[in-house]
Amino acid sequence: MSLIENRFDKNLIVTTADYFINWGRRSSLWPVTFGLACCAIEMMATGAARYDIDRFGAGVFRPSPRQSDLMIVAGTLTHKMAERLKLIYQQMPEPKYVMAMGACACSGGPFVKDSYAVVKGVDLIVPVDVYIPGCPPRPEALLEGLMRLQEMIKKKTIAKISHSKLKIED
Amino acid sequence: MTSQEIFEQLKRKFGDKILTCEEPAGPVPPCGSGAGNSPALAGLKIEPAALPEVMSFLKDSPEFYFDSLMCLSGVDYPGLPAGEAGHLTVVYHLFSTSHNHKIVLKTTVSKGAHFIPTVSHIWPAADWFEREAYDLLGIKFEGHPNLTRILMPDDWAGHPLRKDYQYPKEYHGVPHS
Repeated sequence: MSLIENRFDKNLIVTTADYFINWGRRSSLWPVTFGLACCAIEMMATGAARYDIDRFGAGVFRPSPRQSDLMIVAGTLTHKMAERLKLIYQQMPEPKYVMAMGACACSGGPFVKDSYAVVKGVDLIVPVDVYIPGCPPRPEALLEGLMRLQEMIKKKTIAKISHSKLKIED
Repeated sequence: MTSQEIFEQLKRKFGDKILTCEEPAGPVPPCGSGAGNSPALAGLKIEPAALPEVMSFLKDSPEFYFDSLMCLSGVDYPGLPAGEAGHLTVVYHLFSTSHNHKIVLKTTVSKGAHFIPTVSHIWPAADWFEREAYDLLGIKFEGHPNLTRILMPDDWAGHPLRKDYQYPKEYHGVPHS
């Protein structure tokens, strides 16, 4: 969590600040390039001119995790790659978000049974915000997932959340 | 040259080191009828110990000139319940770019002592093929310059394509299923 988060009580100033902070965060997502398999082709198509993920402010795929705040895990994650994925996730600055794109990243997909090498879901390695089913998902599905993530970011707040409230919500 | 002709010539030169010439499962198309779409090739079985000698000969002799190792694969034959012991087989697909002929060679070792001489000094392409066969099936190639795992992580236990492979419960704390 960043410096300003979880420090102030919820009041007029904080909620107004939330509005601008969340607007900035959701309108300028910087994905780290993390294509692992065929889903990456759909992700590239989504990034290209026809589907144009840049319309939603998430079009600049970065080669470095340190310049990114969104990780689209596009494809089959193997046990060998899982350690690299975790390392890259840890290198991303907060706040950071993860999207699991495709059946493999969500749950292991067609490799869920009788595979020795595939991790059965990225959520075993890193926390996932949005799951996008499909094999592979169409670019429209990825855009839908991105918009869901933006809706999620919209609802976040920097205000202090009391533990009693957390329990009720949970 | 057909596989049968190559087999006869090799048999004359190497004798008992060349064991048999297996009949292909389907009809063999005439060589030169378009490489790549042949459905079946006869497989020559040879002794593991004779591999370096026979392979060097096949590559260097002008009448064969198998300059290309198309594929090197490992196979696990698990054995029958009737008591026949399982064995490991390595299959070599060779191709000659100048004569446009192909051949398949097979060599077999028992599971206990699975040592097969390397051919990586004859065809450098064999280097990674042999590492793959070692990684997934545990076939050890004698004389290989760097026989380490190529696909699985270095600390992986076991050889996954073995028929008797036991799936791990977890790997580095990540549950397996």
